[in-house]
Amino acid sequence: MTFRFRTAALLLIAAISVSACARGGLNDGAGGLNGQGGFGTASDPTSIAFFNQSVGDRVLFAVDQSTLSVEAQSILTAQAQWLMTNSEYRALIEGHADEQGTREYNLALGARRASAVRDFLVSQGVPDSRLSTVSYGKERPIEICSNEACYSQNRRAVTVLSAGAGV
Amino acid sequence: MLTRRSLLLTGSALAATPLLPARVRAQAVPLRLEITEGVIEPLPFALPTFIARNGGAADAAADISRVIAADLRGTGLFRQIPESAYISTITSFDAPILYPDWQAINAQALIVGEVEEQGGRLVVRFRLFDVFSQQPLGEGLQFVGSRDGWRRMAHNVADQVYERITGETGYFDTRVVFVHEEGPKNARLKRIALMDYDGANVQFLTDSRNLVLAPRFSPTGDRIIYTSYESGQPRVYLMDVANLQPRPLEAVSAGNMTFSPRFTPDGGSVVFSMEQGGNSDIYRVAVGGGARTQLTNAPSIETAPSFSPDGSRMVFESDRTGGQQIYVMPAGGGEPARISRGTGRYGTPVWSPRGDYIAFTKQEAGRFHIGVMRTDGSEERLLTASFLDEGPTWAPNGRVLMFTRETAGTDGAPAVYSVDISGRNLQRVATPGMASDPSWSPRLP
Repeated sequence: MTFRFRTAALLLIAAISVSACARGGLNDGAGGLNGQGGFGTASDPTSIAFFNQSVGDRVLFAVDQSTLSVEAQSILTAQAQWLMTNSEYRALIEGHADEQGTREYNLALGARRASAVRDFLVSQGVPDSRLSTVSYGKERPIEICSNEACYSQNRRAVTVLSAGAGV
Repeated sequence: MLTRRSLLLTGSALAATPLLPARVRAQAVPLRLEITEGVIEPLPFALPTFIARNGGAADAAADISRVIAADLRGTGLFRQIPESAYISTITSFDAPILYPDWQAINAQALIVGEVEEQGGRLVVRFRLFDVFSQQPLGEGLQFVGSRDGWRRMAHNVADQVYERITGETGYFDTRVVFVHEEGPKNARLKRIALMDYDGANVQFLTDSRNLVLAPRFSPTGDRIIYTSYESGQPRVYLMDVANLQPRPLEAVSAGNMTFSPRFTPDGGSVVFSMEQGGNSDIYRVAVGGGARTQLTNAPSIETAPSFSPDGSRMVFESDRTGGQQIYVMPAGGGEPARISRGTGRYGTPVWSPRGDYIAFTKQEAGRFHIGVMRTDGSEERLLTASFLDEGPTWAPNGRVLMFTRETAGTDGAPAVYSVDISGRNLQRVATPGMASDPSWSPRLP
């Protein structure tokens, strides 16, 4: 016997539960993924801790954008001034995306964001040779809830300093 | 710890030999299940536990019968009639079939088999019967393999049954390479892992020291390509399944991220994205090394390439008009034509191994979908919807997809799901933990 059935494709709607936003990721304030120890104290204006806390080590982006906002440009201008004063530091700029996107696109988007920061710092006079970039896409969120409060913190570029490898 | 186990069955893997010439008989209406837009009523089958020819085959006979039935049930196209309902008892593999006994319980297909142990190896024989036409459906077949290979023999039997009844190629004797995930959402550890299509025989190919993403099988299933942060930068690595030794695809100058690799249909080249100064384009390089060819050249993100099975065209995603959309271009380069036409964003296109569809991820109004469309973008059909579905991969017969589904929230976790191209039979694939980025192998040799 022959079976032949034609039905419209089913649209499967899976129920989702929306969890409350949890504040504070593991790396929050720790100066990016590679930041570990050796920050100095925030009272020392030449320390990584001072850079992270007082200058500001990160800038945030709008959804799917790599354009630097006025606020971001202000932070990066201060980063550039600090980097030119403290020439013994190198900086790795990490680009990140929120979870609302496909994995490989978000990798490319993170690279775009990191590159936008790098280009801005270079335009402010930081030698290109002291800067490098990496993208983590959506792989390393610092805030883990699934709403805009967290997403806005995850769409970031973090300037991660390392000492002793200056030009 | 890196677990390393032999991937192949010892000795000659599986030798399939016909048992008997088919009994030729006029057959006006053979048993045939056509998979069109989705079967509503699964076809009932009877599968008496295979006979153990000797004591050494008893466990294998039960296990093999169980896996064959699970393969068939798992398609959503077949329904197993429980053994408790059977009237006839199959006492010998060669005994005549009492068709009325099987018709009485409305079994449309009957699978009869036996397992024998011969000097440490297993011999599996089976026959498939069309109960209402009262005749065998195809020849009896015999598979010989090592004891360790019992699952593959079961999958081979199920593939035969599926093929004879549906006319489509089976997909049970296949593997899936994927990313095994552990740890909290903001400190995930990831490892490349390999499993049978049904989640059995999980084997880890990398440890969790380096972040790894999106592995893909080569067209022959003997190589895997993936992205790893081993060097600090995302970079494409290649691994032979036989020795699990990763090597970078090519020497890329520092600072250039490479990612999103896929093999060309002949397995001889890899296409991937490379980022320079924040801009990502698609390139092609031979597996053995050599010159890199740039395939796209635009100031936008070009990634997720996939070739048509004949190698003549490449589908990929680009955000050159703003959001992600899907484009098709000649494989050697040339003007891309946009094929995605609906609202929302379209990414991760994958050309079906049959050539008839392109599967994709669609993002619209805060929801993600896996969908399929014709290769010109027509007949778009969304198969799933959830908080986050992404990254479809085709079964080698082009009739079933696997993909990643991630749940929302602080405890959000990814899992691998499968769905058929009509949107039916959505199932979570049994993995040992959180899992993402599946890539389906071809049929194993």
